[in-house]
Amino acid sequence: MAETIISLEGVTKRFGTFEALKKVDLTVALGERMVICGPSGSGKSTLIRCINRLEEHDEGRIVVDGRELDQDTRNVAAIRREVGMVFQQFNLFPHLTVLDNLTLAPMRARGMSRKDAEEVARLYLDRVHIPEQADKYPAQLSGGQQQRVAIARSLCMRPRIMLFDEPTSALDPEMISEVLDVMVELAREGMTMIVVTHEMGFAREVADTMVFMDGGEIVEKATPAEFFVQPKSERTSLFLSRILAH
Amino acid sequence: MAQVLLAGLLLAGCSGGNYTWGWYVVSPLNPQGQGNIAFLLSGMWQTISVSLLAITVSIPLGLLVALPGFGRNRVGQGFNRAYVEFIRSIPILPLMLWVYYGLPVLTGINFDPFTAGVITLVISDSAFEAEIFRGGLQSIERGQHEAADSLGLSALDKLRFVILPQAIRRILPPLGNQFIYVLKMSSLLSVIGVFELTKKANELVVTLYRPLEVYSFLILEYFLLVVVISLFVRRLERRMGADQRQRGR
Repeated sequence: MAETIISLEGVTKRFGTFEALKKVDLTVALGERMVICGPSGSGKSTLIRCINRLEEHDEGRIVVDGRELDQDTRNVAAIRREVGMVFQQFNLFPHLTVLDNLTLAPMRARGMSRKDAEEVARLYLDRVHIPEQADKYPAQLSGGQQQRVAIARSLCMRPRIMLFDEPTSALDPEMISEVLDVMVELAREGMTMIVVTHEMGFAREVADTMVFMDGGEIVEKATPAEFFVQPKSERTSLFLSRILAH
Repeated sequence: MAQVLLAGLLLAGCSGGNYTWGWYVVSPLNPQGQGNIAFLLSGMWQTISVSLLAITVSIPLGLLVALPGFGRNRVGQGFNRAYVEFIRSIPILPLMLWVYYGLPVLTGINFDPFTAGVITLVISDSAFEAEIFRGGLQSIERGQHEAADSLGLSALDKLRFVILPQAIRRILPPLGNQFIYVLKMSSLLSVIGVFELTKKANELVVTLYRPLEVYSFLILEYFLLVVVISLFVRRLERRMGADQRQRGR
């Protein structure tokens, strides 16, 4: 197996008295494509949000790209530069043009010149198939286009890892495939990806590893072949039967 | 409502019966009126400079007071709440008397009336502006913070490039309101002898004994200044929110 790039050991996260994650162990290898699914409230979003410190875990250890997430804010900043994240609600900066959305972080957090940052930005806009939208504002784009801009914005930081938190859940059905296509291309290029999604077609196509979570625990972790054909856990097969039924 | 209107009419009626208006004292059509108007308007610059100074210094101060309220530091949060709650409980006039007459006793430094007035307005305003900033900054969706954080922007860059530019658009109308408030409160500086509009009017009233006409003129002066501010703020709003594109087609 390739080198480990993310490792979680006994990670617990509480919101008040509610335990969102219960002693979760997980390792992700460099280049691995992992899809996490599970019922709502199972802790899957919380899990990936702990990896870039949008949530602070209460117990356990998280090591990303050789750095441990601890109270040292420099470690947190360094990890965030290496870990891109795509949100369900896109979260583009509405007051900035598409191009400025893409160049802001490379210029401020990577110290790139405007010229270089714009060059990178145009490259990635091309990669997500919307080079012509550079000078528009987010509100002028469709949901699918906005999400592709958000993916490009993360890629402009040249991250080693990409996290996707239900990237197609807020999209109209006809726009889902344009976003998934971009994600499939990204997976083909060897990006390390952790994707929280219920798009099982996408999971079958690109995932190396399927993870099923329920009640703050990892119930099952398997290759797609095993996962979809003969899940070990009853909870997994129940969940799968529900979301694959239609 | 109707009764109030009726009472007002009655009042106007009985005074109108035996009062001879003396608008000539502030009429631009005769030499005496021209002289009086020039005298009254000569306070304009002081009113404007006091207000402009107070608002320009108090806005950054207000932001500085507001920011610790968002941090994780308990001391910072405590400072923010204590400052806002305490300062905004002090009426401006007592605060000004304290700064002008009281503070020199403590510090040994005497302020001229103008400086004491500006300091007073800055202190008082900053508390209100801190609250305006708090409201504006809090209104920015959590997703904006998360996107900026996940991209590795520092807290300062996030504030400067992502949060503040969006908050400013929402803050502008209440800040304009505050500017108008400052302008009006600058009239209190007449008490410690700043020669702004109200002080000038007071002096003229003492020599002419025409309070109705002179104070009416004074009110008109403030009205005109406020109209100018309103127009300015509207323009600023249009320019900043100008890009309708940002809100969709």
